[in-house]
Amino acid sequence: MKVYADNAATTRTSDAAVQAMMPYFSTIYANPSSLHSDGQRAKEALEEARASIAKHLGCTPREIYFTSGGTEADNMAIRSAAFLGARKNKRHIVSTAFEHHAVLHTLAKLEKEGFEVTLLDVGPTGTVTAQQVKDAIRPDTALVTIMFANNEIGSVLPIRKIGKVCKEAGVVFHTDAVQVAGHLPINVVDDNIDMLSLSGHKFHGPRGVGAMYIRKGIPPMNLMEGGAQERGKRPGTENLPGIMGMAKALDEACDHMDENIRKVTALRDKLIAGLSEIPHCILNGDPVNRLPGNVSFCFEGIEGESLLLLLDSKGVSASSGSACTSGSLDPSHVLLAIGRPHEIAHGSLRLSLCEENTEEEIDHIIVSVKEVVQYLRNMSPVWRDLMTGKREFITEE
Amino acid sequence: MALYSEKVMDHFMHPRNLGVLEDPSGVGEVGNAKCGDIMKIYLQIEDEIIKDVKFETFGCGSAIASSSMATEMIKGKSIHEAMKLTNAAVAEALDGLPAVKMHCSVLAEEAIKSALQDYFDKNNIPYNSEDFPEFDHDHDHEVPAED
Repeated sequence: MKVYADNAATTRTSDAAVQAMMPYFSTIYANPSSLHSDGQRAKEALEEARASIAKHLGCTPREIYFTSGGTEADNMAIRSAAFLGARKNKRHIVSTAFEHHAVLHTLAKLEKEGFEVTLLDVGPTGTVTAQQVKDAIRPDTALVTIMFANNEIGSVLPIRKIGKVCKEAGVVFHTDAVQVAGHLPINVVDDNIDMLSLSGHKFHGPRGVGAMYIRKGIPPMNLMEGGAQERGKRPGTENLPGIMGMAKALDEACDHMDENIRKVTALRDKLIAGLSEIPHCILNGDPVNRLPGNVSFCFEGIEGESLLLLLDSKGVSASSGSACTSGSLDPSHVLLAIGRPHEIAHGSLRLSLCEENTEEEIDHIIVSVKEVVQYLRNMSPVWRDLMTGKREFITEE
Repeated sequence: MALYSEKVMDHFMHPRNLGVLEDPSGVGEVGNAKCGDIMKIYLQIEDEIIKDVKFETFGCGSAIASSSMATEMIKGKSIHEAMKLTNAAVAEALDGLPAVKMHCSVLAEEAIKSALQDYFDKNNIPYNSEDFPEFDHDHDHEVPAED
């Protein structure tokens, strides 16, 4: 059985999204900047897509800028707020320790450029409170950037409350909603969001396309110079097929959101219950405020890459935050941020589901993970030491 | 492109000499759990010949494959031949390892040397300590550029 359980990495582009893209390769292929009627047709489609995405976020079309994906949207939003802040001598940014690297590395670069960054502690369940944000905001705070939900451990953060605190303090609030758009309801007005990033391929759209919402009144800052596309703020000929596919995918996702949430949450909870039967494992992330499709565990005594390879041989596609899979010395910064010791962070497994997964697939994953964990533990000197009392367990039985 | 060579996958999926020896002549354990890899080698030595060898490994696919291959390369050999086993030879026998995984073959060499040293120590066999460098637990991982 083949089971794809890596939807947080990327999703299958839906048939409807692919169909929505096709005309813009071969029929309506003109450049939306061209004055001829073919170009104007393309321009109309572009603006329809913008309006459709704006509608799903609760903003106006003029507040949407198309980008190459979530990373660019994060960079552009953060840079825009930083630039605006610096003009008022505000050079302090509040964020969290478990943001995506698109945010963390942008902040690290801004630090080198003279900004001061406060990374909030996310605690053992991986979340922050509005109070923490309130306490961290200073008179010179230019931006609060906090992810809507974490991509590795699935915690959904109290964005509306955090946004409210920012609004009251008069600080610009950006949220990386890459894992949330199309999966959970978003309304930028009700949720007090000034800037938001999303990415097409996380909700069955194509990759290479995303969007940034930026509230009217906050000037976006160019990352590149060029033509007049996206009102001069994001130059370069628009990726119209990608944009049309993303708009269609978001439409579909939002139209079926309630039923998808119900279905995927049930699959997730079945998987969490099944894997929790494995001794000495621990669920990562907020057990209650959690993305419908996220399952993240650490298993003691084993290493994540070998776990992934063996699951792959059983037809299960998953991911891990172990150092060996990230290609760096340390395991995932997210697992370290929630206080997982290196020893068990290396034994992490993320399974991310979508509405295309089935109960039979969940059964197959549970059986496979149980077998593989047992197999690897049987060959692990660490597990032997744990079982013979030479090494102390970190997790409970 | 596959992550690993067919040989690595074969030794990872079907490890040779996996397990423990109850009354070993020498045992070596290197690596540390914090780094995400530990190898333990058990040797049964009779008349300077490695009659049996077993391993246990906590680590990634290439760590398991390197241990498996290394045990296969020394089984039945004399302790003098086993002393000459290098990480490069283990990696070569596996048809190569990705650059970031070369430290796995280093661990395999060190684990075997460590088990031999244990055997020499237990039997009061003199040896040149230079042949057994300090097995540094913060062994080298090559850190590639972020992608």
